[in-house]
Amino acid sequence: MGEANRFSRYAYTVIVLFLIWVLLTASLDRQELIFGFLLSLFVASFTYPMFTSRGLGNLHPRRVAYAMAYVPYFLWAMIMANLDVAYRVLHPKRPIRPGIVHCKTVLKSNTGKLSLANSITLTPGTITLDVDGEDYFIHWIWVPDEVLGAKTEGEHVENASRNITRPFEKFLKVIFG
Amino acid sequence: MNVLSATGEALVLIGTFFYFLSALGLIRMPDVYNRMQTSTKSATLGSLGVIIGTGLWAVGMGHSVAWIVQTVVVATFILLTNPISAHALIRGAYRSGIPLWNGSVVDKYGEHLEAKAEAAENEKDEGDGE
Repeated sequence: MGEANRFSRYAYTVIVLFLIWVLLTASLDRQELIFGFLLSLFVASFTYPMFTSRGLGNLHPRRVAYAMAYVPYFLWAMIMANLDVAYRVLHPKRPIRPGIVHCKTVLKSNTGKLSLANSITLTPGTITLDVDGEDYFIHWIWVPDEVLGAKTEGEHVENASRNITRPFEKFLKVIFG
Repeated sequence: MNVLSATGEALVLIGTFFYFLSALGLIRMPDVYNRMQTSTKSATLGSLGVIIGTGLWAVGMGHSVAWIVQTVVVATFILLTNPISAHALIRGAYRSGIPLWNGSVVDKYGEHLEAKAEAAENEKDEGDGE
């Protein structure tokens, strides 16, 4: 995906900065809004080249809808995984079987890869150790049998990816491409 | 005492419980990688619970709604930045040569690094030959 033009990138940065300003001040006072908007214009003028490469394209309704749906989905996954790790910590026998597995992703953009790596890290039980192109190396606290028993490298990658990256990818593919 | 502050108090309690779990995991887990798993993660959920709980609690006590908005923003920034430090720490641990625990079952990253080093070595040899 190519870069959007400069105006679109600048406008997108201003919108995001202004939104953060409004949320942080949490007031709709006119003085606050005007000053925040001026400040957004000013800060965006020298941060937009590194802030975004796709500009207003990020605000496509489909992307925004998927991003909204991703938040509860992700929080739910995070809470369930937290309970799973809590169980492993509290269990007297300490049922862990850690290992570093190999996953592949279908995401193309750097932002998408970053979000996927962060989502994996935030989900307890898995930490992204390193990303190399489309290869993800993930430390997993309990490597399941289907991954451990895989006979070939391809099967290992397939099974690990189905467990770790796929659930997030279907959202992130639309949001970040 | 109303529903909002009760929910907030419950969230703070749950968050504290997860803090406790992560501290316990830090003691119980066998190596640095598994300790990272329990400590960083439970701390995230613990922080979310405590921070958002505080916001709800304050609103329930009759403070301004700004409390909940700002605490949610703070929680979001924690969610965005926490995994980066966790990733940096665990990658640093691996790169500096801390071994995996004996009970670890698979290490694809080590294999990948070896394969890469080997490929680079071969390339260098070919380059020398020319």
